[in-house]
Amino acid sequence: MKPLDSLKALTPDALAALEQSGVSRRSFLKRSGVLVVGFSTGLLTSRLAAPGSAAAQRLDGAGSNQLDAWIAIGADGNVTAYTGKCELGHGLFTAQTQLVAEELSVPFERVKLLQCDTALTPDQGTTSGAQSHPTNFNQANLALAGATAREALLQRASSQLGVAVDQLAVKDGVISAKADPSKKVSYAQLVGGRKFNTELNRAAKRKNPSEWTVLGKPIPRIEIPAMATGQFEYVHNVRVPGMLHGRVVRPPAVGSTVASVDESSVAGMPGLVKVVAKKNFVGVVAEKPWQAIQAAGKLKVTWTPGPGLPAHNTFHDYLRSQTARDTFAVNSKDVDAKLASPAKVVKATYLYPYQMHASFATACAVADVQGGKATVWSATQAVYPMKNSVAMVLGIPSDGVRVIFRMASGCYGCNGADTVSYDAALLSQAVGKPVRVQLTRQDEMAWENYGLAYVIDQRVALDASGTIVAWDHESWAPNLGARPGDNAPGNVVTGFLVGFQPNVPAPRTPAPEPTNYGNNSNAVPSYVTGCVGAQCGGTGKIQSQRVLTHDVKSPFFTGPLRAPARLQNTFAHESFMDEIAASVKADPVEYRLRHLADPRLIEVVKSAAKTASWETRPSPRPGNRRTGIVAGRGISCVLYEGDNGYCSVVAEVEVNQDTGAINVKRFVVANDCGPISNPDGLRNQLEGGALHGLSRALFEEVTWDDRKVTSIDWRTYRPLYVGADVPSIETVLINRPDARAMGAGETAVTVIAAAIANAVYDATGARIRQIPLTPDRVKAALAARA
Amino acid sequence: MANFNLRVNGRSHTVDVDPATPLLYVLSDDLELRGPKFGCGLGQCGSCTVIADGQAIRSCMTPVSNVAGSTITTLEGLGTVEKPHPIQKAFIDEQAMQCGFCVNGVIMTAKAFLDKNPKATEPQVRQALSGVLCRCGAHTRMLRAIKAYAQGVKA
Repeated sequence: MKPLDSLKALTPDALAALEQSGVSRRSFLKRSGVLVVGFSTGLLTSRLAAPGSAAAQRLDGAGSNQLDAWIAIGADGNVTAYTGKCELGHGLFTAQTQLVAEELSVPFERVKLLQCDTALTPDQGTTSGAQSHPTNFNQANLALAGATAREALLQRASSQLGVAVDQLAVKDGVISAKADPSKKVSYAQLVGGRKFNTELNRAAKRKNPSEWTVLGKPIPRIEIPAMATGQFEYVHNVRVPGMLHGRVVRPPAVGSTVASVDESSVAGMPGLVKVVAKKNFVGVVAEKPWQAIQAAGKLKVTWTPGPGLPAHNTFHDYLRSQTARDTFAVNSKDVDAKLASPAKVVKATYLYPYQMHASFATACAVADVQGGKATVWSATQAVYPMKNSVAMVLGIPSDGVRVIFRMASGCYGCNGADTVSYDAALLSQAVGKPVRVQLTRQDEMAWENYGLAYVIDQRVALDASGTIVAWDHESWAPNLGARPGDNAPGNVVTGFLVGFQPNVPAPRTPAPEPTNYGNNSNAVPSYVTGCVGAQCGGTGKIQSQRVLTHDVKSPFFTGPLRAPARLQNTFAHESFMDEIAASVKADPVEYRLRHLADPRLIEVVKSAAKTASWETRPSPRPGNRRTGIVAGRGISCVLYEGDNGYCSVVAEVEVNQDTGAINVKRFVVANDCGPISNPDGLRNQLEGGALHGLSRALFEEVTWDDRKVTSIDWRTYRPLYVGADVPSIETVLINRPDARAMGAGETAVTVIAAAIANAVYDATGARIRQIPLTPDRVKAALAARA
Repeated sequence: MANFNLRVNGRSHTVDVDPATPLLYVLSDDLELRGPKFGCGLGQCGSCTVIADGQAIRSCMTPVSNVAGSTITTLEGLGTVEKPHPIQKAFIDEQAMQCGFCVNGVIMTAKAFLDKNPKATEPQVRQALSGVLCRCGAHTRMLRAIKAYAQGVKA
């Protein structure tokens, strides 16, 4: 399969701009070959890189206010759109293509989207946090560009045809007079091959969702035919002329440093090009991958032993004992008083382990560093920030760095994509040739930025009617590093090994009083008012509330992992809500609704319950035997990030009380993310999130010994295999065409763990407060039943 | 280094490599195929699966010297975007993937199994896929696609 020729996708303007930005046409051609669109197939080639179909784009990067940075109409009338939000396997590429086609009233097939290349596309920062749908589908950025372009084209057509704008109709890229369709002009005639030369118009009117013909439809994803037939180009498939292969040699233990590197140990090995050592970063470069693997395995490096690690089995106690950065999310200052003399107090502690992204593919990148210039093909979510962080790692000006996104396997957050990009860049710099690096499974798993472990203490005060009158939440979580952003390459292991420091929480106690309300981490439970001063942003009714968090320094790198902190907190909140309901013998759905105020959160709870034919009664389920297999159901809900997607799930499980095994039989997921851009894409995200959540709830935990991480492959970190028992998944999509677009990639994963734990309680009367819900923990909880 | 003859997707290739080189590296780097993928290098995930003489094998663990002379089929050898193999079409129809990185292992394992066991029950198919991983959670869609394909084979 020949790669696409990216130059064909660029107009002379674009090429001139590329040259002005320091990338010569020849080197652009040489280095990127094609590689603009990310995949190539016979069928797709024509629509993805039709010669002459683009593009008058400006290449002016950052947060561009210029329409030409986002949308270009080719001389043939085809549309090229530029986005800084990247496809990660979640369907965004297709949904964004739909968005542009819809706003411009052109057929889906005539829109070509170029994504995430710092030399070509608008700087949209990092593709993360379920923020792409909110960012590009509301009245801003790509959606606004589409609306601005349509209005600009209508204005020009109006002048040209002498017909008022409101008397014009648009269809398939042709504008005509409603009264006389023979009076018409095409987009190509109006602006084809030329710039708009206009700014985004904040007042440009989006198309009314009732008129949608492309957006809102279950259009199949553009990449899937190429993926299913082995033709899709992942970052792992990027091949550059003259490319060599690198392999890194990571430390054997956390905190180990290089004492010496014996280059003679690999002297004369076939294909070996160079041994590279820079502070504690060690790697080899060879002509072929297998040669690099052999050399890296044989290279003799002497390491210091490292300082040792806190014990795994008492780690949650360790967290409580550490110096911390204390923060209040809410503090009504009356919680202690309410807890002092209530009718009843309920309290519980929840524990969550470190988990890892454990991406299916190990991380891979290709870099070509020549003097002060670097091109990096990377699967990072942080394409634009990486321009600067790579420059820092290499010690070159950031102007000389170009980062080109290529998809890898699902990342679910800050996996190894950033660190391997630095690996490839460092090794390429050392040899002056393009170098490809793909990590080993162990190097990926032992050193990635883990999702946070948590200890969460919960207490509530109840009044005589069993209603909650005060909620007290206190948590401890370990942090080290995070995304590198544009100035902290030490936040991932490679940057650290070459001498940059990771971010650590700066100790702070006592916590300052909160000054505004935000619930980005979902540390605040859904059932409180979320009032800070006069501002109340919560979704519940409980007025007395205190949420105090303690960030402590982690022994391992940490970073965002799908629903970071939000899953951990939601497991604790939603498990606890169930415990409270059980303590007053209330039905879990009814009891939630009693404390909720937000109508949309109420609606997802009701929808999930209704679809699941929820039986109104308290847990545990009456009549279940205390041996053998028993069934139960549980519910949980969240407003993700406090403002970014409503979701509720009902889980139905069977628990084998003899083995402790949990078999999840059914999920019903109700979701409201505002307007639905692609219902099948949304369902795929909810289903995938549910199973990802199941895997994390039942199986996944990072382990370590006194010096090193021991969960380093699929035997020692075993997730949900394809052949495993998987539940049926029903999704209930609540479409709100007129509401603000919200995220949907991380809602379902957030609510699953608590729903399963609640269902296990319903089935057995045993409460498990620690993830993962392993058979041993189930059996221990069963044994502890009254 | 030594020369090995491989018949891959109906074409003959001669490669000059270290005999211990796993087949996967020959396929991905010497032949630049995109179907078989490196996921773990340990035979634990299935992403490198190819069909050699009718048998699904893990190419990351198979030295090229072991398969010299074998007839090897990779994902791209089954069908194309324009003319996908029925099992590939079933995955496309069901939109049975997210990142798509695992589908090589799922499709190749399921196809090799169903070729030999066309009347397999769903539990048997799942057993065959017990060593194949997906991290995006497309499990239910993939199983639906395989079922649709298997029914087509039986029909």
